[in-house]
Amino acid sequence: MLQQIPIDQLLLAVVTIVVGIGVAILYFWGANWLLDRVVSGGEGTGAAVIARDRMRTAIRPWIFLFPAIFFLTVYLVYPVFETLRLSFYDGSGREFVSLTNWLWALGNSGFQQSVLNNLQWLIIVPALSTGIGLLVAVLADRLWWGNIAKSLIFMPMAISFVGASVIWKFVYDYRGSENPQIGALNALVQALGGEPQAWITLPFWNNIFLMIILVWIQTGFAMVILSAALRGIPDETIEAARIDGANDVRIFFDIMIPQILPTILVVWTTITIVVLKVFDIVLAMTNGQWDTQVLANYMYDQMFRAAHFGHASVIALVIMIAVLPIMISNIRQASSEEGTR
Amino acid sequence: MTDQAIAAGPVAGKTNAPRRLHLNPGRITANIALLLLVLIWTLPTFGLLVSSLRDKDQLAVSGWWTALTTSQSSSATTLGTADDQVEENGQFVIAGNVFAAGETGMTLEKFGTSINDPGAYAPGESAEMRQGGQITVATTGDYRWVSDTAFTHSRARIFYVAAVTPRFTLDNYFEVLSSEGIARAFINSFTVTIPATIIPIMIAAFAAYALAWMQFPGRLFLVATMVGLIVVPLQMSLIPLLRMYNNIASVTGGDSKSYIGIWLAHTGFGLPLAIYLLRNYMAGLPREIMESARIDGASHFNTFTTMVLPLSFPALASFAIFQFLWVWNDLLVAIVFLGQTEDKMVLTGALRKLLGSRGDNWELLTSGAFISIIVPLIVFFSLQRYFVRGLLAGSVKGG
Repeated sequence: MLQQIPIDQLLLAVVTIVVGIGVAILYFWGANWLLDRVVSGGEGTGAAVIARDRMRTAIRPWIFLFPAIFFLTVYLVYPVFETLRLSFYDGSGREFVSLTNWLWALGNSGFQQSVLNNLQWLIIVPALSTGIGLLVAVLADRLWWGNIAKSLIFMPMAISFVGASVIWKFVYDYRGSENPQIGALNALVQALGGEPQAWITLPFWNNIFLMIILVWIQTGFAMVILSAALRGIPDETIEAARIDGANDVRIFFDIMIPQILPTILVVWTTITIVVLKVFDIVLAMTNGQWDTQVLANYMYDQMFRAAHFGHASVIALVIMIAVLPIMISNIRQASSEEGTR
Repeated sequence: MTDQAIAAGPVAGKTNAPRRLHLNPGRITANIALLLLVLIWTLPTFGLLVSSLRDKDQLAVSGWWTALTTSQSSSATTLGTADDQVEENGQFVIAGNVFAAGETGMTLEKFGTSINDPGAYAPGESAEMRQGGQITVATTGDYRWVSDTAFTHSRARIFYVAAVTPRFTLDNYFEVLSSEGIARAFINSFTVTIPATIIPIMIAAFAAYALAWMQFPGRLFLVATMVGLIVVPLQMSLIPLLRMYNNIASVTGGDSKSYIGIWLAHTGFGLPLAIYLLRNYMAGLPREIMESARIDGASHFNTFTTMVLPLSFPALASFAIFQFLWVWNDLLVAIVFLGQTEDKMVLTGALRKLLGSRGDNWELLTSGAFISIIVPLIVFFSLQRYFVRGLLAGSVKGG
């Protein structure tokens, strides 16, 4: 195996890191130094000195910002507009076809099915993840082994979607109803007296089984955030309610939940964005067969298998439109916070 | 019931520290509920690990939970027919093994000639067969059926009780590493991830500082744009960038799918979150630090490089872990910008390919999957603190 080590590839990586850091240092230190030399404070009348100081202060932020702005424009801002433009062009991106692609999407059964499935995902996954995450947060904060429990439930966040798909495909494995089952779910069903099933092919229910994988991963995220939020509730509020005679369930629903409602919203919307982008799970488990197709996977399918850039762009835009409300609300929130600084 | 629980709580269990929340639907219920959830969450991964270490023949026929104990099973085998008999020294012999060809690790404990009593005889003992002659079965499953007269039957069965000893091995790992390209994919993943984690840091740090502490027109607009860009789906960037890379490659004569291409792409995709995290952290630093540095005559540049940057280390660490995990676990960007040739395929791509081509070889899939998740798990468990801190930054909104 030793001769397989690709020295040239590793060398390229190391050189790139060194060069990258070197270029960055050169740019930042160099540009700053240049600014100070060219627009120097130096001699001259008071007014001239102040004017030059002002110019330096005005230019410097842009030196700091330029590389970031460059990357963001090339890799994120320009593509958004370009994809929008390409949605009005044909499969190779050369011929203008106006609304043809959009009409195709509306009538295409794969697209319609994807939208329906995505709606199901959007309703079920954030709700389950947030709910279970909240439950775990509440339970774990009271028990001595809570931190270990939280760590274990959080762990799937570190696993790739493809890795999680392998893990759960193993759980869902089906061997034919006569044979001993090696998939945990079918073994459980068999032990309870039921018939083993090929779970990921069952209509409607297969979507649920795929969603469980994402819930498995995202619950840890919800749990961590909500646990921190719960700790932020002032004790006095709880104690006051207890003195007033409220029992635990009332305290939970009437006091704790309202206090952390903004955080619940943040968690919910963040998971919603992840759900809309989910592609690896469906690709690895079913590749859209048995009516499990989702938008992100369908876009990949149109982009590579069908090689139709127009269609793929439309699907990407639909995903973008779906996250637009969240994006606008986040921007609004950030603007109002920034305005008070 | 709840009132009794509240009354019983402080007495029955230890008194909680004042900062703990006193929700008490019964300590036992809580423990059981949490235990159940933790089991559901960890057993799938545990099953993967156990399976990846099992002998591949055993893995294909029995669930991983059976490997945790030596289990007994009763079974039956059809013995050889009259056509299989050979003549030895004036006697007629049918010989064979009760276990199937693929069954490894089986030890025969008892056998019998009747379905009502499969454990009547111990290994080595002789049993009378209805069809004539005596049969004896060894612990290895080898049987020898001897008769003084020729056999004439067409069907005969023997029953037995056997114990399966689970066999663990690292063979699956060796096989998947050497013959399925996983070793190369492992190196490729590192090659992609490390520069893609390091390069964005400096770019993001400078930009974050400017957005946090420098005054200039359009700052609000830029901050809002960063926040918005975090949400923009990756799918929006793929087609234009793919075309752009292809155009550049056709002009320069290079490869449109290169490591440099994916490093730059991951830098671009990771910057919004990086800048957002770092900016929030830097903005939270005490104003006095900036002001005292100002009074001492330091420029923004000096303040940043000598004070803010070192102080921001926790935030830098948080982002680095985020980015590392995200890039390591990514599939889409790797497929689009790096392709799926063997010298450039990353672990996620290799694993997905394995799912397609070797979907029934669970010994390869489980070991391959475990190799792909071991590095992120190590990073996660050793640096969990920073990961959690990164998640919390900006996510918790006070009441």
